[in-house]
Amino acid sequence: MRKGPRRGRAPQELWLGLVILAMVVVLTALRPNFLSIQNILEMLNATAFNGILVSGLLIVLIAGGIDISFAAVASVAQYAALTVANATGAGWGEIVAIAGGIGLSLGLLNGALVSTLGIASIIVTIATQSVIYGILLTVTRGQDIFTLPPWFADGVDLFVTSDAKGNVYAVSLQIWALVLAFLVAWFLLNRTHFGRQVFALGGNPEAARRVGFGTTRLNLLVYGYMGLVAGLASLVQAQYTQSVSPTALVGRELEVVAAAVLGGASLEGGSGSVLGAILGLALVVIMKNGLALLGVSSYWTDFFTGLVIVAAVAVMAGRARRRWHESPGLA
Amino acid sequence: MPALLLRTVGRTNLRLLALLALLCLAAAPLIGDRLFAPAGLRSMAYQLPELGLLSLAMMVALLSGGLDLSIIATANLAALAAAAVLKAAPEGASGALLVAIEAGALLAGLATAAAVGLLNGTLVGYLRVSPILATLGTMTLVKGLAIGLTHGSVVSDFPPDILFLGSGAVGGVPMPLLLFGLVALGLGVLLTRTPFGTILSLMGSNQQAVRFSGIDTRAALLRTYMLTSMVAATAGFVMMARFNSANAAYGESYLLVTILACVLGGISPTGGFGRVGGLVLSLVVLQLISTACVLLDFSQFLTLAIWGGILLAVSLIGAVRDQLRPLLATLRAPLPRPAGRQTVDAKGPSC
Repeated sequence: MRKGPRRGRAPQELWLGLVILAMVVVLTALRPNFLSIQNILEMLNATAFNGILVSGLLIVLIAGGIDISFAAVASVAQYAALTVANATGAGWGEIVAIAGGIGLSLGLLNGALVSTLGIASIIVTIATQSVIYGILLTVTRGQDIFTLPPWFADGVDLFVTSDAKGNVYAVSLQIWALVLAFLVAWFLLNRTHFGRQVFALGGNPEAARRVGFGTTRLNLLVYGYMGLVAGLASLVQAQYTQSVSPTALVGRELEVVAAAVLGGASLEGGSGSVLGAILGLALVVIMKNGLALLGVSSYWTDFFTGLVIVAAVAVMAGRARRRWHESPGLA
Repeated sequence: MPALLLRTVGRTNLRLLALLALLCLAAAPLIGDRLFAPAGLRSMAYQLPELGLLSLAMMVALLSGGLDLSIIATANLAALAAAAVLKAAPEGASGALLVAIEAGALLAGLATAAAVGLLNGTLVGYLRVSPILATLGTMTLVKGLAIGLTHGSVVSDFPPDILFLGSGAVGGVPMPLLLFGLVALGLGVLLTRTPFGTILSLMGSNQQAVRFSGIDTRAALLRTYMLTSMVAATAGFVMMARFNSANAAYGESYLLVTILACVLGGISPTGGFGRVGGLVLSLVVLQLISTACVLLDFSQFLTLAIWGGILLAVSLIGAVRDQLRPLLATLRAPLPRPAGRQTVDAKGPSC
């Protein structure tokens, strides 16, 4: 059964919201500093890179595809942009253009291959990931960049304030980029022609084609956007870690996929929402942060993350099955 | 191409054989005879089985129309379970007792893997979770369990009998290759000569239809994922024996490569079609490229890039041929073609 962009909203997101609320209540009761501004800003900073990628991947998933190559794309983009910045003294404008441009062109390449090869997007992007990542590591010999230009290392903080104790609070580059990414994704999906076409393409590609949508053009736009987002997110990540490592990002793709899908985006396409994606992301982040605050050894973080994902997909599937039993003809 | 050859060897396998011949021809002038010198062949024979066994595990899940992202985590957990049993054994054990302990350790590993498979199968078969999602969760869970229990450390030093699995040879054939051959042969028979194999492939084509023909697809999926996990466990044993150690994070970079190897070997990514022989050929192609790159002093990452490039190139050739087929058909004299041929080919390699 396919859900429209609007009808899917209430149940999945409501359920996730309640789980998150319960976690927040329990954590705040046990560790009062959980809800401190500092901790919240820290969580946002740490999750910004994954979050920005989720905002792009969501659109790919709704369009019925999947992209595995974004981490490799981001690695190339940040490496190229900061190498150029170190060598020529280029500024923000140039590195944003370089990272965005590389991301966009690699994304367009993905889109073109997905449209023409006629094989599943997961296979295409696994192959492009291997090619991009392999070439990157061969060219760079796997060497990190530790010295970044000072203006880049300083970041772009907004609303810098400090409290009586001298703690400094600021809306960092990471946070405003994260917010901006989700706002843009929301606007694209809900307020534009492009967004409607993406839902239509994911819901029923054959119907979309027969209605006369340019599905090739749409695929190019969707994967190109994902690449662009990955390119820009890579700068946010490099600014956060204050270094560029060509091997740091690849291997973390599936974390991003998990967050997007926990939020209710279907891997079959046609459904998903920005609110859901934010909640899926929040669930994983709050749990990781909560475990750390509760003093659970970081060795067990993966285990609990996995437990949450398995439990969530099992419950989600149970609900889908009930719906299926109520209306078997539509399954 | 003669019809008989096409039918028995299969279109995809013929293409892979052609690719293999092409690679050998291209490699010969570049590398000379070092590639096929005994040392080169030996290193290939010891390296191929790791990726090979993992790819076989992935193939089982792919054929059923699913995917198993948890195979590597499962392989490592199984190896760690076996290692735990071996380490718990009394110091001076020898003779029959030692053999019994070793057998027990491998069985413990297989049982651990079966338990993971049971969880995957329950999620996919009974709860109808999409396979990517279910195994993404269990991958994190299983890896997390292994990291939590070992604190990410390495368990090493195993008895010689276990190490024999990774570095020994029987009659000149390296033990890992022998194991890979046995598992591949066993899976080949299971998939083509038994009712379960037929059901498994049919589920990949049309699960709804299989269910409506009165077959319990839920139980069949449960068995499919248990089989996948247990094949993955054998890969875990080979890795453990080769490195003389077990760890939660061995072989992680292989995960997406196994999918690449399967698809190159003609296993349809949407399920239903594919042969063990094709996968073996594609593994030989990948291994040949990898060894050639090592001999040419290329970085191992360039190997990865070439692997990805080969898959894209093969798919591109397929896509171009599909585009040209109607054109060629009109140019040629009208040949009798089986109906529906084209739609099957459009979905993926059919043999």
